[in-house]
Amino acid sequence: MSKFKKKKSGDLPAISTASLPDIVFMLLFFFMVATVMRQNTLMIENKLPYADQVEKLDKKDLIMYIYAGKPSKRYQAQYGTEARIQLNDKFASVEEIQQFIYSERESKREELIPYLTTALKVDRETNMGLVSDIKQELRKAEALKINYTTVVGDAQQNVE
Amino acid sequence: MAKRSAPEVNAGSMADIAFLLLIFFLVTTTIETDSGISRKLPPWQPEDVEPPVIKQRNIFTVLVNSNNQLLVEDEEMELSELQEAAVEFLDNGGGTGDEACSFCQGAKDPSSSVNPRKAIISLVNNRGTEYGTYIAVQNELVAAYNQLRDREAQRMYGMTFTKMEKDYNDPNFNGDKDALKEKIDVITDMIPQKLSEAEPSS
Repeated sequence: MSKFKKKKSGDLPAISTASLPDIVFMLLFFFMVATVMRQNTLMIENKLPYADQVEKLDKKDLIMYIYAGKPSKRYQAQYGTEARIQLNDKFASVEEIQQFIYSERESKREELIPYLTTALKVDRETNMGLVSDIKQELRKAEALKINYTTVVGDAQQNVE
Repeated sequence: MAKRSAPEVNAGSMADIAFLLLIFFLVTTTIETDSGISRKLPPWQPEDVEPPVIKQRNIFTVLVNSNNQLLVEDEEMELSELQEAAVEFLDNGGGTGDEACSFCQGAKDPSSSVNPRKAIISLVNNRGTEYGTYIAVQNELVAAYNQLRDREAQRMYGMTFTKMEKDYNDPNFNGDKDALKEKIDVITDMIPQKLSEAEPSS
């Protein structure tokens, strides 16, 4: 008769948590993929100016970044303290901007090219001379949509 | 004595710990988006093109020198006063006939602008000007335009212009985007942003 003896069902069967780590991993991977890492290592000081009339820049893949500012401490011995332009991990001269824009355009799909924006990330102590040189080069390269990247804050702080 | 087997470590709580970490990172991470002032550069032109003739009264000149001082319409000015001065200029509405401005609330000064459509703000900076100051000036001028646009949008549609633009760019907004776009176009046509930048003098 013991063949048909029912198991004692006094305690509930434990819920299997074996798949829990899988779920966690899935989420982890999602965040790993969704998070955008900084693409360039900055070799310059980059304290952005403040402004409050700002527009958001989304679609990160449609933005070309141009950095400018004083070389940071560890590069000052080599490059001096004069403000410089940085394109893709290295210092560049003003003349190289056009080439940079063209090569960025090459790497994008053709139908997206009109939507490309140039983001100018310029240190707030830079002289306008350099910035206008950059702008002239951008005009020559016909990259007319630009964005002065700023930190959201009161613009008065810039002049203090 | 019989060989004792090592006690099994309970790994059931591992998932909980991982969850805890995950939630912590979820909360602390902000997927950063850049923001800034968007501008459109004028296309490159050969040197010999004649610039169009613009009446002096429709130009509002802002000069910034290498000591980051402002000269607005030949008078020294503090940055904090610039927005107000720009609004006054844009909103003057001194035009008559075809050039009359139906919505302007300004002083109708005959020596200032005729219509926001015609009014141009000209920004000239020195090569030695600091970028921070330049951005601050740009910011104030954009603020002046936004102030006027907000006022008109509020009057005509009961909603500020900045709110309209925000809704329009918001992918989760479930109102009528086409109608909104039309309203935005009406306002930008009434008060276009005409900011001209000369090449810097040395």
